[in-house]
Amino acid sequence: MALQTQHPAPGSPPAAGVPRARPNRFSALLHRSPGLRLAGLITAPAGWLVLVYIAALAALLITSLWTVDTFTGKVSTVWTTDNLVTVVTDPVYQRIALRTLWIAAAVTVIDMVIALPMAFFIAKVASARWQKLLVIAVLMPLWASYLVKAYAWRNVLAEGGLLEWMGAPVGLASPGYSETAVILTLSYIWLPYMILPIYAGFDRVPDSLLEASGDLGAKPLATMRLVMLPLLVPSIIAGTIFTFSLSLGDYITAQIVGGTTQMLGTVVYANVGAANNLPLAAAVSLVPIVIIMAYLFIVRRSGALNNL
Amino acid sequence: MTETRTAGTSTASGSVPAIRLRKLTKVFGDTVAVDGIDLDIRQGEFFSMLGPSGSGKTTVLRLIAGFELPTSGSIELEGRDVTRLAPFQRDVNTVFQDYALFPHMSLVDNVAYGLRVRGVPRAERRERAREALERVQLGKFVGRKPAQLSGGQRQRVALARALVVEPKVLLLDEPLGALDLKLRQQMQVELKELQRSLGITFIFVTHDQEEALTMSDRIGVFNNGSLEQIGTAHEIYERPAGTFVANFVGTSNIFDAAHARQLYGRADPVCVRPERLRLSWSGAPETGVGVTARPGTVTSLVYVGHATQVRVQLDDGPVVVVLEPDSLPGSDVELLGRRVSVSWDDDAVVWLPSDVA
Repeated sequence: MALQTQHPAPGSPPAAGVPRARPNRFSALLHRSPGLRLAGLITAPAGWLVLVYIAALAALLITSLWTVDTFTGKVSTVWTTDNLVTVVTDPVYQRIALRTLWIAAAVTVIDMVIALPMAFFIAKVASARWQKLLVIAVLMPLWASYLVKAYAWRNVLAEGGLLEWMGAPVGLASPGYSETAVILTLSYIWLPYMILPIYAGFDRVPDSLLEASGDLGAKPLATMRLVMLPLLVPSIIAGTIFTFSLSLGDYITAQIVGGTTQMLGTVVYANVGAANNLPLAAAVSLVPIVIIMAYLFIVRRSGALNNL
Repeated sequence: MTETRTAGTSTASGSVPAIRLRKLTKVFGDTVAVDGIDLDIRQGEFFSMLGPSGSGKTTVLRLIAGFELPTSGSIELEGRDVTRLAPFQRDVNTVFQDYALFPHMSLVDNVAYGLRVRGVPRAERRERAREALERVQLGKFVGRKPAQLSGGQRQRVALARALVVEPKVLLLDEPLGALDLKLRQQMQVELKELQRSLGITFIFVTHDQEEALTMSDRIGVFNNGSLEQIGTAHEIYERPAGTFVANFVGTSNIFDAAHARQLYGRADPVCVRPERLRLSWSGAPETGVGVTARPGTVTSLVYVGHATQVRVQLDDGPVVVVLEPDSLPGSDVELLGRRVSVSWDDDAVVWLPSDVA
């Protein structure tokens, strides 16, 4: 409510000092019609999604309903559910599906156990400078090729390799090329995908909530259990979606360090290549897709999908 | 740390202060946030820590709560040394500036939290939480989540949550800062009444001098990590101990040492409150025993509702602000630049220690 009189500005600025925006009919048109704006924005990505993604999935489903001519080795477009029935009922495929599921679950749990304290340290304990450095350190392995990392683990796990050398004094043997080796290697490779969402989750929890909990009499463990974990559930689920689905579809690691271990991915790979049975490969590859969709459906309500 | 305990603290239990700080110091990197503070806060007192941001008042509060550990010095809670204890070991509770309500819990679970971690059975703690919410007029909302409440309501939940565990001292970190003026004034009254009826010691951190003046039994004015003055609202306002307090609490007209010597023949800075100054629009100096008058020119007029703040450039002194309660003898344009005389009673003048100036 200032009643101060305005003193005339000494030497007022020239009237035409600032240039006006040039008229642009197209921009003006876009401004007037939101529909046009929206169409311009999403046509390309929507087209990509439908054509490349959904169409490919549909092709997969269709292929699994075809069969292979045993004589010519060519795909014949005769409709049949034989492939799907084989995949679901054959004990061999059942065992492989269960093993794949077990490996993916084990990798997810191991990564979760490692990622929680690491993410907590990065987000809540480390100084701002260290926080940046540690996030970069977590991301760094992603810059190296997946194959290089898998082969590095092959060396680590090999007879006379690093693991055996380190384990010998304490009486631990290297798991060799086995299912355990696959779990170890996949846990290593997918760990950053678990740390990052959990780190982001920790980072979003205000420090004052933790202080308030301690202030009200909660010891650190109670604060963790009653305040931190419930708030982190969506972030943890976001991380598990990554590690679980990536492990579920893997076939390279299984081939490099798995020895004779068969996973769904290796079965697909073998059927596309050596066995030349594309329809069966398509049918097998539907299994992880169904599992992941079921998992996504279960966690959808947790709000985790908003944290990806 | 505990060695600095003053002799005789544990003797007379009736006079044991609720909080006793001795040479309390906190250093972050190379900044000294709290610089050797000595302070006794009495039991049942409403004590305000007032100061600009960065003056160390919030750090002192966090040291008392236990969120930070002091670099040196000691903190006693009712005679017991708590300097190195964790927050959950101290009988003090905090109302946070952002309220810090747990977003995944309903109001009743939020308020019952302190009882829950103390092992109070579910039925009992929920009952007590419900009563506490009732006390802050939120009995209807027990099942709601914090996100569904307004700022003022969240504030009350935070208060109920801290009080339900019956702390010896309640710490409030600028709890009214996010509320609008009307609500803030209402909460000021409610807080003061609550404190009086509970008899709990309240330590209230604020940068709002009006808030501190209206609510507190005593005020500690912080500047650069030190206490500039401790006293009642009246003492702080009427007898500021230095230029900082005089400037920070209310508006002050300060004459530096040179001007003061011209006026009174004593080379110490001096301060007069705007409402103690009188204006003579005619320019004729007011005369009388114990009255000082000086000529000057009006430079601006600001209407503040109940009065008008008139700025006058004294011919031989600083620009002073005069609070003129009466209607003005003319329009702004007519009054600007007018020659006037400013006068005041000599006993309205407060001498300030010259070393601070």
